[in-house]
Amino acid sequence: MIKKWSSLPKRRRNELIQIGIFTILAIIFAFIFLTPIVLTITNSFMSQTEINANYGAVFAKTEKGGKVFISEKVNLHFIPDIVSFSQYITVLFKSPDYLIKFWNSVILVVPIVVFQLAVALFAAYGFTRAKGKLKEIVFFSYIILMLMPYQVTLVPNYLVANWLKIIDTKWAIWLPGIASPFAVYLLTKFMRRIPSSYIEAAQIDGAGEWQIFRKICVPLCKSCLYSVAILVFIDYWNMVEQPLILLNDPEQHPLSVFLSQINSGETGLAFAVATIYMVPGLLVFLYGEDYLVEGIMYQGGIKG
Amino acid sequence: MRFGNKSQLKKRDRRTKVGAIGFLAPSLIGVFLFFILPFFVVIYYSMIDNPVSGEFVWFENFVNVAKNGAFKLAGKNTLKFSFIAMPLAVVLSLLLAIMLDKEIPLRSHFRTFFLTPMMVPVASIVLIVQVMFHYNGAVNDFLGAFGVAKTDWLKSDYAQVVIIFLFLWKNLGYNMILFLAGLESIPKELMEVAYLENANSWQIFWNIKIRYLSPTILFVTILSLINSFKVFREIYLLTGGYPYDALYMLQHFMNNTFKSLDYQKLSTAAIIMSFVMIIIIGILFIAENKFGKDVEE
Repeated sequence: MIKKWSSLPKRRRNELIQIGIFTILAIIFAFIFLTPIVLTITNSFMSQTEINANYGAVFAKTEKGGKVFISEKVNLHFIPDIVSFSQYITVLFKSPDYLIKFWNSVILVVPIVVFQLAVALFAAYGFTRAKGKLKEIVFFSYIILMLMPYQVTLVPNYLVANWLKIIDTKWAIWLPGIASPFAVYLLTKFMRRIPSSYIEAAQIDGAGEWQIFRKICVPLCKSCLYSVAILVFIDYWNMVEQPLILLNDPEQHPLSVFLSQINSGETGLAFAVATIYMVPGLLVFLYGEDYLVEGIMYQGGIKG
Repeated sequence: MRFGNKSQLKKRDRRTKVGAIGFLAPSLIGVFLFFILPFFVVIYYSMIDNPVSGEFVWFENFVNVAKNGAFKLAGKNTLKFSFIAMPLAVVLSLLLAIMLDKEIPLRSHFRTFFLTPMMVPVASIVLIVQVMFHYNGAVNDFLGAFGVAKTDWLKSDYAQVVIIFLFLWKNLGYNMILFLAGLESIPKELMEVAYLENANSWQIFWNIKIRYLSPTILFVTILSLINSFKVFREIYLLTGGYPYDALYMLQHFMNNTFKSLDYQKLSTAAIIMSFVMIIIIGILFIAENKFGKDVEE
């Protein structure tokens, strides 16, 4: 083995050393990246007693009575002592609160994803086909709008919602979400890459705008649509700012906001709820990782 | 015959134009109604005394907001956070991309691992982050082994460290993909020539890769800066609406102003922030025009 190693050219040896160092670094990074996720999932299979025993030092002050063994330190356990489904049983069957909040999230996010994409498909086609200076200016303002943080966009959103008297209703979240320019931007960038000869050929064959849109552009954009859908979905599934300002009634809040308000007596439950909340995103990721990566790549370089 | 063709072409052009507007209409109406139109109202509100009297005071509101202690604190914290988080986000994600660009074992698995945080809602992991960074938590435990004194991270001046960790956790994967795409676009022949001329990997890295990546580096830098302004979510979920001073960000200022419904203050703050953003975005565009061409040539 040693002989083999030294018989390698110096260059090859250096490369191997580099790969070795990078592999170790990658393992460290992967460990740091995955630890919070894995711990949350495994902890959701612990009973409340075990949670209290492990994390008593953190949450003990607000714990109600109960004589449990509380250790001085926090013990992060990757594997529960006893696998218990009790938290899930409580979440799914005994306390409907969490399921209602989960349902709120679904109801808030799904229409936004579907309709933002639908509106954006039309708009992207419009931007691809339109010509002239005005179009450039409008598209440019879409980009600026897309890059604005919520601190800026929520004030106009709030004003309009107030005029339309839709504050405290789901419409206050849905409508600005559907109008959001993000999907328009990405789909336009993609559609512009469709060779114009395709469209010209169809025009010569007498196809109208609707037919070109329906028969050429939409089918060619299919993979991009998946990518954009994933990006829009995770953005809104994770939303916190909009419901805090536009929905005063905590009953209507999505699970993302509610999770931070679960009181410390129910930490075990919180882990189970947090895990359930991760599942849709992780499932989408499992089936659509390549689409996600493509979607991000379309964004490289703002103007495109 | 010729004329006929021309007018037909014109007709088709006009049809295309009308068609394009028709396709754009739903989106234009939405953007106009929910963003552009009210934004003009925001500008108006920022310059009047109060909505009832509607008296113009020009820049008085701006002076008031700029003097406001909470706004100053929020602005300072946000800037401080951005200027620490941004370079870290760029350097670390570039490192990740370069690692995955080499032939390390299980490459595609590592890519998946690095991307996973992007798909996990922050709300799902705040509990475990609280456990890790609590006074009695795991991070203190770990650091204690090296003789570092315990701190209650989220309630100390180091509170931003926790948020920077979460920011990087969430954003590195995304930036990494952008860098990977940049690395892939470097012409292979160039690397081969460099290799044949006995350039070492350090030279290849600095003289070829970094040069070709410069537009991507710039893009990721500004994207990270923009994203760092959005970091309210993590803080709110970890600490609620009124965090430790070091974590009081501009979005907290906005949220708390929303509660008192002070339209003047809200509008003025929004305008100030949009100005800052437009400047940053402007730099992005100018720089992209310049550097983008440099590499293509």
